[in-house]
Amino acid sequence: MKLLALDTSTEFLSLAVQTDHGLFTCHEATGPAASQRILPEIERLLTEAVVALKDLDGIVYGMGPGAFTGVRVSVGVAQGLAFGAGLPVVGVSSLLAVAQMAWQETQAEKIVVCLDARMGEVYHAAFIKQAAGWLEVSAPVVCKPFEVPRLEGGDWLAAGSGWAVFADVLAAQYPAQVTRIYADMMPQAAAMLTLALPQFASGQTQAAHEAAPLYVRNRVALTAAERAQGQTL
Amino acid sequence: MLVLGFESSCDETGVALYDTEQGLLAHALHSQIAMHAAYGGVVPELASRDHIRRALPLTQQVLTHASKTLQEIDGIAYTQGPGLAGALLVGTSIAQSLAFALQVPSVGVHHLEGHLLAPLLEENRPAFPFVALLVSGGHSQLMRVDGIGQYALLGDTLDDAAGEAFDKTAKLLGLGYPGGPTLSKLADLGQARFQLPRPMLNSPDLNFSFSGLKTAVLTLVNKQPQLDDQTVRDIAFEFQESVTEILTLKCMKALKQTKLKRLVVSGGVGANTRLRQRLNEAAAKRGAQVSYPRLEFCTDNGAMIAFAGAMRLNAMQTQTETSTQAYSFSVRPRWDLAELKAPA
Repeated sequence: MKLLALDTSTEFLSLAVQTDHGLFTCHEATGPAASQRILPEIERLLTEAVVALKDLDGIVYGMGPGAFTGVRVSVGVAQGLAFGAGLPVVGVSSLLAVAQMAWQETQAEKIVVCLDARMGEVYHAAFIKQAAGWLEVSAPVVCKPFEVPRLEGGDWLAAGSGWAVFADVLAAQYPAQVTRIYADMMPQAAAMLTLALPQFASGQTQAAHEAAPLYVRNRVALTAAERAQGQTL
Repeated sequence: MLVLGFESSCDETGVALYDTEQGLLAHALHSQIAMHAAYGGVVPELASRDHIRRALPLTQQVLTHASKTLQEIDGIAYTQGPGLAGALLVGTSIAQSLAFALQVPSVGVHHLEGHLLAPLLEENRPAFPFVALLVSGGHSQLMRVDGIGQYALLGDTLDDAAGEAFDKTAKLLGLGYPGGPTLSKLADLGQARFQLPRPMLNSPDLNFSFSGLKTAVLTLVNKQPQLDDQTVRDIAFEFQESVTEILTLKCMKALKQTKLKRLVVSGGVGANTRLRQRLNEAAAKRGAQVSYPRLEFCTDNGAMIAFAGAMRLNAMQTQTETSTQAYSFSVRPRWDLAELKAPA
């Protein structure tokens, strides 16, 4: 399977190309300059991997949640490349990517992920690794760190930037349930690529125009009527 | 040369196919006006969220309509600025990635250059040089246009744009958002009953000022014991008379100053019937010609971007090979038209 994975939902430009000859990656803190770098870096990785865009089997994109503008760069680039090269796409959540990375590093099977969502909130989800793949036991939500959904049982591994920003508040939500914390884990394209492999193998893919962001934070503005009622975001 | 153009600078997603030999082949537009209406104005984040849903389906639509395949495209144009940063970035990301995938050259187009050149999409296209009046919700400018990328600013608004004045006045009259077009419709039903000022009508320069007019409307509205339907129509009538008189007079002054005989009008306010009537009459007296884009190309659209991009790509064809760095992209939310240069 020959795939390109790309993610710009964080301050990192994260890319991965997999061919029969190996995995080629780029993971760099570029900030907003990701848009200037992403296509030249993709070109460089494809050249290094000796594969043409049109000869890939598909494109994996980071669908978020994350910075709205960054997520749209991921999705927009995936749409443009896939539409132009006639390739299928698969979107992978940044939260699941972090769970996958935590498992790869520690073999822990119960992962609770919190990513910094700014505005004093976190993106939260929890996953359990099973033989057939990941089971999402707590769906992605955006919430205050003291309002995160409850989890069953113990022996959870905590991962993601939210655990650095809101360390104490989050730890207090899961007393005795969370045993280890890996706060420095950021979603990476290579993990997204691995996660998307089964979907490409089984043909559960999207067409280019179906590539869409997962914002989670969906209420971003108040209507005139809501403002008149004194509602706040 | 077949060029695919993308527009996503504000609240309309536009895609079009322009061929330098055959002209405009197809264009498609999705307007977000209804979506933003409930918010009383454009919400930038919601605009971006909508653009990314619409761009590829609209692209497929124009390809199908023109019976063209992606492989036949020779170049891609997209609005790089000015406009909402997030909205611009959606069109830019998709356009640049598509150009990369197809290995064709791309060009970032200045949104106002698109508007300026929109009248050239018509069959009876005006020849250079001409005076251009660009009047929209964001701009009120008079320019001397000597060719693609050769623009000299003759006059500008010192405060509100003409279209902005229409929308703000409409709001004062309780006509909702965006009320400009509604205001024009009501004005056509009104009569001469009130008197509003004509700011800067007799100033020696070619500049405009519309914010005082809006304040005068506010004072007038507050003086009315009751804002009944006919009063609203009559205020709208006088407001439209004032704006169109100022625009017309300044355009004629610009023609006189430049000794040119051609005037080109573009932007959303260019769709105003009363403005067209006055400009046509005044120009006829001077023996000058006025050109307008068709109504649907007065407001934002992909066709003008595909056209302006095609002019630039066509001129650049002889230049260097497409380099990898050419696919690096960024947007220019603030971008002065005066920075543009003629394609080498």
